[in-house]
Amino acid sequence: MFESYDIDYFIFGIMPYVALTVLIVGSIARYERDPFTWKSSSSQLLRQKQLFWGSVLFHVGIIVVFFGHLVGLFTPIWVLDALGVPYALKQWLAVLVGGVAGVFALIGASMLIHRRVTDPRIWQTTSFADIGILVLIWLQLFIGLGTIFLTLQHMDGSEMVRFMTWSQSVVMLNLNAWAMVVDVHWLYKTHIFLGLLITILFPFTRLVHIFSGFAAPVRYLLARPGYQIVRSRRQTPLPPRREPGARPAAAGAPGSAPSTPAE
Amino acid sequence: MRIRAQIGMVLNLDKCIGCHTCSVTCKNVWTSRDGVEYAWFNNVETKPGTGYPTDWENQARWKGGWERTKSGKLQPRQGSKWRILANIFANPNMPEIDDYYEPFDFDYDHLKSAPEMEAFPTARPRSKITGERIEKIEKGPNWEEILGGEFSKRSQDYNFEGIQKEIYGEYENTFMMYLPRLCEHCLNPTCVSSCPSGAIYKREEDGIVLIDQEKCRGWRMCVSGCPYKKVYYNWSTGKSEKCTLCYPRIESGNPTVCSETCVGRIRYLGVMLYDADKIEEAANAEDTTDLYDAQLGVFLDPNDPAVIEAARADGIPEDWIKAAQESPIWKMAMEWKVAFPLHPEYRTLPMVWYIPPLSPIQNAAEAGAIGMDGDMPDVRNLRIPLRYLANMLTAGDEAPVATALERMLAMRSYMRAKTVDGVNDEAVAARVGLTGAMIEDMYKIMALADYEDRFVIPTTHREQVEDAYDLKGGCGFTDGNGCSTGVSKGSLFGGAKKPLKMPKEVM
Repeated sequence: MFESYDIDYFIFGIMPYVALTVLIVGSIARYERDPFTWKSSSSQLLRQKQLFWGSVLFHVGIIVVFFGHLVGLFTPIWVLDALGVPYALKQWLAVLVGGVAGVFALIGASMLIHRRVTDPRIWQTTSFADIGILVLIWLQLFIGLGTIFLTLQHMDGSEMVRFMTWSQSVVMLNLNAWAMVVDVHWLYKTHIFLGLLITILFPFTRLVHIFSGFAAPVRYLLARPGYQIVRSRRQTPLPPRREPGARPAAAGAPGSAPSTPAE
Repeated sequence: MRIRAQIGMVLNLDKCIGCHTCSVTCKNVWTSRDGVEYAWFNNVETKPGTGYPTDWENQARWKGGWERTKSGKLQPRQGSKWRILANIFANPNMPEIDDYYEPFDFDYDHLKSAPEMEAFPTARPRSKITGERIEKIEKGPNWEEILGGEFSKRSQDYNFEGIQKEIYGEYENTFMMYLPRLCEHCLNPTCVSSCPSGAIYKREEDGIVLIDQEKCRGWRMCVSGCPYKKVYYNWSTGKSEKCTLCYPRIESGNPTVCSETCVGRIRYLGVMLYDADKIEEAANAEDTTDLYDAQLGVFLDPNDPAVIEAARADGIPEDWIKAAQESPIWKMAMEWKVAFPLHPEYRTLPMVWYIPPLSPIQNAAEAGAIGMDGDMPDVRNLRIPLRYLANMLTAGDEAPVATALERMLAMRSYMRAKTVDGVNDEAVAARVGLTGAMIEDMYKIMALADYEDRFVIPTTHREQVEDAYDLKGGCGFTDGNGCSTGVSKGSLFGGAKKPLKMPKEVM
């Protein structure tokens, strides 16, 4: 595998741009064109069993892993140097935190796959995309955890720096970035390939709910001062609120409990 | 102060015959689709019973509605915003479909396609989710119909709180009533508050609570937030759905389907004016028994010139103010005080109200001496315990329910004297704090219940709320995605879950 440089060039040089383009354009297209299909596709109503531990372990694990990769790969190397963080220390940190979170996520994903395949209710309502993306993510987690054993053989951080350089070069539009990772072990390469593949599939699966998941706390906690939402369709804005009694009052104090003939 | 208008509903339980016409017509119009077979935006329960979904009134279990925290703050019972977000991966307070019932269909085709056999062919049930054979149907949408099932199960009913319930399990003392339920279109809805996506909202012009299907992400917090369990998760589309108060009909001045088709004429629709700025204070009343009165305090008298003037200033159209003045809801809830909110202790300020049912005089035959209060029977001797009704309608406060029942009895007494004896008995009216004229008005609205008296619904002012030019070439009402059906066949983005193909009986 990966013996020809053409494949390396395609996967590490071109595919990242294809993946990011599909991710961004595809997601915008779906959000604009078909917002009704944008959802988390929860199956909790049909079966609670296994969902609680499966879903919580999986999600918590994978969120830690995701941000670990994000921070780990995209922190500029000069920042590490400036802070005086030894590469080996960062690598140990990545192996420990990523390892534990990865195991959590793998256990969760295994439970979710098991539930999805064995429970007739869930299986009947599972689309190809649903099970496909779940298996891909499981595989990705499995391979990702597998690379830890390779990593443990060289804890000086040199391999890690190559991946950092590669991802940062890709973002900086450096077209020679691919050359950084041609010599790494095929397991790392498979991991990167799968990651890019999942990114490409992202807009066409239920994974779009990740965006909503990150947006939800912002929307709910920050953008919404109270609890209630009232929507108005009026074209002319309503007048400002008045203090009770601030207008020419006729009979009765406005706002107080109305008295009725029955009382 | 901010005056808003709300379409409210009253159901006269005294006249409900439990025919389920409301449920069935609603089902046919709104939920005869994949994914919501199990959902009944309107259902009718026999009480006492645990209802649908089972045990829905037990908020210690489902954490629906609001609670007043120790520090006096109002927050959803399932937790503050942080807590709700933390439950996003798996909602611990959400019912499973088995808490409603597993939807089923029957092998009807087998009845005509079966070969010649010794036994008659039968139509056996199948799950509408998996298509698998169901050997025994364990639950349905109305499993306790007419006191079905043993008393030990039915008496789990939350409304028995504070009642020595054992004697009501005896045949001689048993009692029942019907409770039709739909979305309450609350003034302080917990479903809206629980939605992390902000997809659920209350409409400013008529108070109808709706779920924006394009913004709903299926986080399911509304399902557990609603204490009445009237938000349903559609397992096919992955979105939550709820009663829309038939808003396309309401907007054009027609009653909802459940109200229109009610053969007992028990349903009323009308406008209530209220002060939106008093909602929070009212919902946060310290004692739960204060909540009924607190909600009455939110409503504004549409005949008060000051209120009319303020309503005009707040953009409420003239015909809506007029409708509020003629509102049957106002009369029953505020003037006669015979209608009550369902479970005010949930602090949602619900807007579908109920007139409690009268019931036969308990043990009248054997006792010979019916407990009488003057020349009227004592409402405390009615077969349905007063406390039971109070637990349902006033958070346990018996006095307002007793007054309502007395007024309904007085109405009968007064009208009997008038039509049989030809006497206007003002004394009867005065004893329950009414006048003869008021009782005759009550009689017209509650007993005769003409169509025009039951439904006083002003139309939506489209000239205020939308530009007709934008509607050019529109699709009208759809279930999902604008002009798209939401089931995007062949779309890159997928759509609903694949439809279930019912397996055919194989011989």
